[in-house]
Amino acid sequence: MFGKLTLEAFKHEPSQTFAVISMALGGIALIGLIFYLKRWKWLWQEWFTTVDPKRIGIMYIIVALILFSKGFADALMMRMHQALSVGDAHGFLSPGHFQEVFSAHGTTMIFFVGMGMVFGFMNLIIPLQIGARDVAYPFLNALGFWLFASAATLSLVSLAIGRFSATGWLAYPPLSGLEYSPGEGVDYWIWIVQIAGVGTTLSGINFLVTILKMRCPGMKLMTMPIFTWSILCAMVLVIFAFPILTATLCMLTLDRYLGMHFFTVSGGGNLMMYVNLVWAWGHPEVYILILPAFGIFSEVVPTFSEKRLFGYVSMVWALILITFLSFIVWLHHFFTMGASANVNAFFGIMTMLIAIPTGVKIFNWLFTKFRGRVHFDSPMLWFFAFVLNFTIGGMTGILLSAPPVDFQVHNSLFLIAHFHGMVIGGMLFGVFCGFTYWFPKVTGFFLSERLNQYAFWCWFVGFLLAFMPLYMLGFMGATRRLDHYEEATNWNPLFLTVAAGAFIILCGAVIQIYGLFMSIKNRKKNMDLTGDPWNGRTLEWSIPSPPPIYNFAIIPTVDQIDPLWAIKRGQAPKPHYDYEDILLPKNTPMGLYIGILSLIFGFTMTWHIFWLALVSLFGIIGCVIFKLSSPAEHEVITAAEVKEIEAAYLRRSITA
Amino acid sequence: MRLGKKFVRLMLILSGIILLLFLIMQPLTIYKFRDYIAILFPKGIIGVKQLNLLLIIQLLMLLVVIPVYILTFIFSWKYRASNPKGKYDPDLVDNVIAEYIWWGVPCILTLIISVLTWVKTHELDPFKAIASDKKPLTIQAVALQWKWLFIYPEEQIASLNFIQIPKDVPIRFEITADAPMNSLWIPQLGGQIYAMPSMRTELNLIANEFGDFRGSSANLSGEGFAGMHFITRASTEEDYQKWIAAAKQSSNVLNLVTYEQLAAPSQNIAPEIYQLKEQNLFTHIIMKYMHPHEE
Amino acid sequence: MTDFTIHHTPDPQADTSLPDPNQDTFFTTVLGFWMYLMTDCVFFAAFFATYAVLHNNTFGGPSSRELFSLSTAFIETMILLCSSVTCGMAMLAALRGKKNQIIAWLAVTFLLGASFMALELHEFTHLVESGNSWTRSAFLSSFFALVGTHGLHVSIGLLWMFVVTMQVFYWGVTVDTFRRLVVFSLFWHFLDVVWIFIFTFVYLMGVI
Repeated sequence: MFGKLTLEAFKHEPSQTFAVISMALGGIALIGLIFYLKRWKWLWQEWFTTVDPKRIGIMYIIVALILFSKGFADALMMRMHQALSVGDAHGFLSPGHFQEVFSAHGTTMIFFVGMGMVFGFMNLIIPLQIGARDVAYPFLNALGFWLFASAATLSLVSLAIGRFSATGWLAYPPLSGLEYSPGEGVDYWIWIVQIAGVGTTLSGINFLVTILKMRCPGMKLMTMPIFTWSILCAMVLVIFAFPILTATLCMLTLDRYLGMHFFTVSGGGNLMMYVNLVWAWGHPEVYILILPAFGIFSEVVPTFSEKRLFGYVSMVWALILITFLSFIVWLHHFFTMGASANVNAFFGIMTMLIAIPTGVKIFNWLFTKFRGRVHFDSPMLWFFAFVLNFTIGGMTGILLSAPPVDFQVHNSLFLIAHFHGMVIGGMLFGVFCGFTYWFPKVTGFFLSERLNQYAFWCWFVGFLLAFMPLYMLGFMGATRRLDHYEEATNWNPLFLTVAAGAFIILCGAVIQIYGLFMSIKNRKKNMDLTGDPWNGRTLEWSIPSPPPIYNFAIIPTVDQIDPLWAIKRGQAPKPHYDYEDILLPKNTPMGLYIGILSLIFGFTMTWHIFWLALVSLFGIIGCVIFKLSSPAEHEVITAAEVKEIEAAYLRRSITA
Repeated sequence: MRLGKKFVRLMLILSGIILLLFLIMQPLTIYKFRDYIAILFPKGIIGVKQLNLLLIIQLLMLLVVIPVYILTFIFSWKYRASNPKGKYDPDLVDNVIAEYIWWGVPCILTLIISVLTWVKTHELDPFKAIASDKKPLTIQAVALQWKWLFIYPEEQIASLNFIQIPKDVPIRFEITADAPMNSLWIPQLGGQIYAMPSMRTELNLIANEFGDFRGSSANLSGEGFAGMHFITRASTEEDYQKWIAAAKQSSNVLNLVTYEQLAAPSQNIAPEIYQLKEQNLFTHIIMKYMHPHEE
Repeated sequence: MTDFTIHHTPDPQADTSLPDPNQDTFFTTVLGFWMYLMTDCVFFAAFFATYAVLHNNTFGGPSSRELFSLSTAFIETMILLCSSVTCGMAMLAALRGKKNQIIAWLAVTFLLGASFMALELHEFTHLVESGNSWTRSAFLSSFFALVGTHGLHVSIGLLWMFVVTMQVFYWGVTVDTFRRLVVFSLFWHFLDVVWIFIFTFVYLMGVI
């Protein structure tokens, strides 16, 4: 009846119990707050059933922020434990639990924080930048989000019920196979990643079609904003890479559930196949995370330099080249698996090639600043932090791409330092940059500049302190994922330093969260009344903050790069002002229902409660059939209503 | 909203100082921990060659990276909004020569590094025997849960979590696993290679100095994987022969039966030596999962 | 109202404020579905690649030469090809707005598809009962997974076909049902193409 689920699953080690209780309390507090404010109906109508990408984008970011606190807590626990677990001391986490913690850390940060932020920004900004009112498939967009949220919820559930995977964020077999990991952990991981992956693929198709088909008149591909280009390239990566992940996870699932022999030790299985497949997905994945960050910088640097992006065409080709090359470098993740020298050398050289367009981008950004008027508001601070921190990681990436060097530092803390330079120095700083840049546009009020400056310093210094020593530790022979080491290695001083760095980063994150809450609290005093606080250049700054539900009262016509800048300099076609009726897609609860059913499906499959899994699967199929059989419904915003909304906004900005 | 000159100056100076501090810490740390930084102070020719490649690539990369940092600071200062002396040219959006330079120079550098990489990857292929006038010593390494078993087939002994080798003799490791994927790594001697069940990889290393060198497994293989460290002792030929002789006298015997007992999961095992009574043990371990057998 | 969908050429950058919500939907939906088919292509490619790597790992058991019946596979191929033809006939009827013809052709397509599934299930059952189930070797695992994934897609296609046929039955040929017929037929033809690859690389090359 309950499959493998027993009361044992609710027992935890003390450190985990603490986490579960705080999570439960947080959840109860949130639900209590909603009851207190009597906001259930509002939540249902405005958020849970929405198909408006602006709302969906905000929800992605909220989920990403919540999961960030979990992933970051994992990181802090790891570094604290490793600072203590030396010689006769063994820290405060058992080896098994430590391994669950780093597996959860990686899975959470990549799939929920990274992808969540990218998809959040995508939803918020892409329709605005291309002058569209919505995405190509509004319901599919909502569905993609709810699958993402369902997977995120399942990962939180995995903290409370049973154990999570202890096989790392990519779960290599045979360690992740039935023989060596018979428990529910790897199954949790499989369903979490699988559900999230399906959501991502659906959204990838959605935004690719949106960018290709729904740009406003006059916006040719080579006059699109670069952020839009970066998302276009990232979505191409999603479409070609994510199905590989789906298939690979299916194979691992078949091994674990039906006794197949894809990756088992006996039976003729081949573990190297998994490694190849998963990295054939994995490498494009990291470019899916970083390209949007590059796109964000390509928006911010020109705006805050009061100058157009240097070498637009070059930047576009660099993006395309990176996209293409990212499919032929995957083997550099396992040079040490014993391939021939020819194969290793080929992939090493391909990897080095990717560095060229990346370097080109950095130079183009720099020369955008050259002979510009550079303002160091928050977004620009984060760009500055990016250049300083990401470059180090990029440099060590080239070192790693030479197989003989990689033989020494593979799977060591040197590798960890490199890729965190990429994801924190590159992706996360890009996310912070975009967050501070577009926050006024999305919400209608400002973040605190001062608090953001403090956060910048904490992150910049904290990152260096938490990750530079790791390069040295790697050289000292320290492997990743170790829960204990001997005194004689002399690694302890550096592990202590690294833990200190993690705490400085914590300060930065706390300041940011505090700043966010204070901004929300003081929002009436910090309103963005003009809709264009940074003297922007692209279409999203031409509409009010926050944008009305229809985005653009009149779909703009453009004829060059940086269309708003063109308008400001008097070089653009004049807009006309006859308002017409606007049709927008109606809200629907189907996305939420399918998400909930997917959550049940993932949970029951994990625990082998197969009858209930089947029921939820039929439920999903039923919902899909129902939704796809219904006629598309729209709500109308009449021309008169549009006129009134626009007039109200004008009045507000005049009285500023 | 706009920040003044003083802030920008403070930011640039402070971040510059912080970067320089971290830069200075590098040689200081290397000096302080010089006895422990395996990869920078290798004890065998393979490690030396790998380090040389690392240093060359690093130097070439600095040719690109240092200008990036310098330009970042200069441009941030000179073209800050509050500086009336910075020339403002809003239509400077393209420059063919500049593009040629920063596409071209990295291309040339990459070409150089690529050729170097191609050559060195072949030269430092782990499967490639080390040229030497001494006869190579074969050690068969088996990754178990969670310890390393080292079989010396010609000497007919085996050792758990410890190896002794003579200095200046090339060692040919043949590696497999009776466990999930592991990785044999002795950083002071050279790079690693994966140890995989039902498969055989090779690693050729040599110790050119006397000493005890730490080895470990560099791939997560389950709960006890952190305990899979071992010592590689490079000694004189005489000491090595004494150790072999002692092993041959050992009361522990390694045959198919005792091997199965040994292969059962256990953690943090102290080193042990065995007489090898099953000549084809290594082959047997590789073939173990290749045929269906009676359960 | 029968040829509105062929003569109607929506401007991809049309003004979306006009009250015709279906103006753009056809081409946008079809483009999106082609993209989905690309992802399904990559999905199958991963299974093909795995089969290529694992098909000789018989773990002491029988290989493809001993197990596969080319005649059954050939019949399955013919059935599926015919079903593609009948599906195409249904589409021609849809272009002409002939509701009853559509339903008739789709019924035949369904029967053909169901026979394909019956044959395949029979083949699978026979393999399992003779001791050659997917647990026996990596070769058999990858075979069952690849061909089984295709079979699962066909089953979903059958369900989809049923739903779409019901929609045509109740609502006739409208903007929405026509679009759904087009999308379905794309899916059905795609499955046929994938089967050709399976027949070639798994059965033909497995037996030669």
